[in-house]
Amino acid sequence: MCSCSCDNNIDLSQLEPVLATYADVPGSLITILQKAQDIYGYLPNEALWHIAERTGIKPAKVLGVATFYTQFRFKPVGKHLIMLCRGTACHVNGADGIFEAISDELGIGDGDTTDDGLFSLKNVACLGCCSLSPVMMIDDDTYGQLTPKKAREILSEIREKDQAEV
Amino acid sequence: MLRIVVGEGSCGIAAGAAKVYNRLESLINDGVLKDCELSVTGCIGMCYLEPIVDVYTDNERITFVKTDEKFAELLAEKGLGSEEVNAYLIPQADVDRLDKQTRIALRNCGNINPEKIEDYIAAGGYEALKKVLSGMSQDDVINVIKVSGLAGRGGAGFPTWFKWNAAKSSPGEEKYLICNADEGDPGAFMDRAVIESDPHNLIEGMLIGAYAIGAKEAVVYVRAEYPLAIIRLTNAIKQAEAKGYLGENIMGSGFSCKMRIKAGAGAFVCGEETALIESLEGQRGMPRLKPPFPAQSGYWHKPSNINNVETFANVPWIMANGGEAFSSMGTEDSKGTKVFALTGKIKKGGLVEIPMGMTLREVIYDIGNGIKDDKEFKAVQMGGPSGGCIPKDLLDTVIDYKKLGATGAIMGSGGMVVMDETTCMVDMARFFLDFTAKESCGKCVPCRLGTKRMLEILTRIVNGEGKEGDIELLEELCLSIKDGSLCGLGQTAPNPVLTTLKYFRHEYEAHIRDKKCPAKQCKSLISYTIIADKCKGCTLCARNCPVEAISGSVKQPHVIDAEKCIKCGKCKDNCKFNAIEIN
Ligand SMILES: Cc1cc2nc3c(=O)[nH]c(=O)nc-3n(C[C@H](O)[C@H](O)[C@H](O)COP(=O)(O)O)c2cc1C
Ligand code: FES
Repeated sequence: MCSCSCDNNIDLSQLEPVLATYADVPGSLITILQKAQDIYGYLPNEALWHIAERTGIKPAKVLGVATFYTQFRFKPVGKHLIMLCRGTACHVNGADGIFEAISDELGIGDGDTTDDGLFSLKNVACLGCCSLSPVMMIDDDTYGQLTPKKAREILSEIREKDQAEV
Repeated sequence: MLRIVVGEGSCGIAAGAAKVYNRLESLINDGVLKDCELSVTGCIGMCYLEPIVDVYTDNERITFVKTDEKFAELLAEKGLGSEEVNAYLIPQADVDRLDKQTRIALRNCGNINPEKIEDYIAAGGYEALKKVLSGMSQDDVINVIKVSGLAGRGGAGFPTWFKWNAAKSSPGEEKYLICNADEGDPGAFMDRAVIESDPHNLIEGMLIGAYAIGAKEAVVYVRAEYPLAIIRLTNAIKQAEAKGYLGENIMGSGFSCKMRIKAGAGAFVCGEETALIESLEGQRGMPRLKPPFPAQSGYWHKPSNINNVETFANVPWIMANGGEAFSSMGTEDSKGTKVFALTGKIKKGGLVEIPMGMTLREVIYDIGNGIKDDKEFKAVQMGGPSGGCIPKDLLDTVIDYKKLGATGAIMGSGGMVVMDETTCMVDMARFFLDFTAKESCGKCVPCRLGTKRMLEILTRIVNGEGKEGDIELLEELCLSIKDGSLCGLGQTAPNPVLTTLKYFRHEYEAHIRDKKCPAKQCKSLISYTIIADKCKGCTLCARNCPVEAISGSVKQPHVIDAEKCIKCGKCKDNCKFNAIEIN
């Protein structure tokens, strides 16, 4: 896979079914953006322009809406997305230390992706599992009652598993 | 025939419930576990005991807690009643803890299968709707809600009947009913639990509301971070449609209503009702000026009514049992029950539903069993970024809108985060301002810039660079932001600062004047040292120090070079002899 950030390989035809359903339904911009992100993993520039063209919504507005909401990303994410909870319960129970550990282990900050494209790190507000705080979610799995040590171990495990697969 | 039920809410799954379920399933499929039926239920709220498995025999329900795959195997091998399996039985003290609660909004949570409408119906579900649609007028319904005294559970506590009546009385044929499931308070999960565990209860409550105001369309705005809630609600809507509880001519009454889900995209301000409406219309979620209120001009500028999930979750019970039954619980000012997400430094955290009028102490100590590691209680934070901290000497405050409001905090939507002696209150205030500054939509200046300036001041205090006059400046900013902001986000953003200043001013002063953090949390104001008497020279700390700040020879006391130390705390975490001290 090409890892540069250009959008040359975006297949806009994948958006067709989404646009066919929602392009003419008023108030559907956010839904269209969500579905586009499901398809590409992020919102490529070309897709945003294409959505603007097909819905008749001004490109400035499409971008304005997309940048307002934290769910939308404009860069591809790594193979594994780490969502680290920084909500109140997790903060009180030491989420800062978990962030430092992950950030140190992977050498990346909030919103970044590792050079090998394996991990992306994102701070989120609350994962709704506050009683297991501090909590992080990696892809679809939730990990609770973290300690800095446990967080590092989880990352190493995933990395080893991935390396064993290739 | 045994019925085995695994608690699969998000938190149960996070604790490993799916693994237990899969193991049970394969044991059943392999014929090892015989004569068993397996199903799931939602969250009972005792998160500290997850994963929870209920086994129903012909005449009783037996609850097992903190289960694992081994439990499944033991159940197959040794059988129900064996010593090995009984080791997983729920302790009586935890059963008592549940008995201290009164469950209305959560009455079915953890008791029925949220994926089956039949379970909800068997528990009396959709009877209230039937009652409403067979002869009650819109005013009759609103009147029952008025008698019940139900107030909005989303935070502000506005009387529900009043909003319904306003939307009903607004002229126009096209009206909308909206459910606010954005649950933005970071540290609260009541609404998630209701949707995941009892989605039909929400649907029924919403349908009754839709009938009362005359809406033919209902929308649930669900927070994007709640995928399981969205799946379960989608499934429940389909089932209700298939059974004729949703759609055209519901139960032959002539009343029609459709329902859909809209997933949020991550913005705290979208919990504010007018911002939510903007977001529903596909716009940036920026609040509108009120008036006009949504009841006059809401979604697509039509009369709309917005209520919180928990507000709706109380409605079917109230309709079935009468308004008086609800208003008989609680205090003069606040009726019925309230759900709280009890978290933070608490021993038995989870979801609790209690009648209004209980004291904070009863919730934290009798139900939550007190503070983790038996540390000293310091404060409880209620209402999230819009709320405040309540200190120890106000622990006997009664849970009631007015009484909590008088402390400077608010009832809020139900977040109750407990803090102990190791929580720095200035850092807590900084944490919330960081949140609101990030989440401010930027529409009005006092909120957009005011929260930023407050955050800067708090950050410098926490970093040991606070100046004389900073506290006064904060106070001044608090007042101007409160007065000058357009929506509730800005109007309430100063609350965490105001309440910590009110009750913990000495902590601010210690940071600014003495350059000390009394809770020993703020990195710039603490230092790590090794107590020579306790150090055995095991070298573990030196080996774990990422910056090689620790030196010493084997079996000799070590020392930390303060110049090099980055205060990461790894030495303290790793020391087995408690030899590392924070000053
Ligand atoms: C910044 C802000 C965030 C809010 N977030 C929520 C929320 O997440 N959930 C909610 O039900 N109400 C939230 N509210 C309150 C809503 O504006 C509204 O009052 C509520 O949904 C009305 O429902 P109720 O009367 O049933 O409480 C928020 C208000 C503000 C100002
Ligand atoms: S605060 Fe972290 S899961 Fe809620």
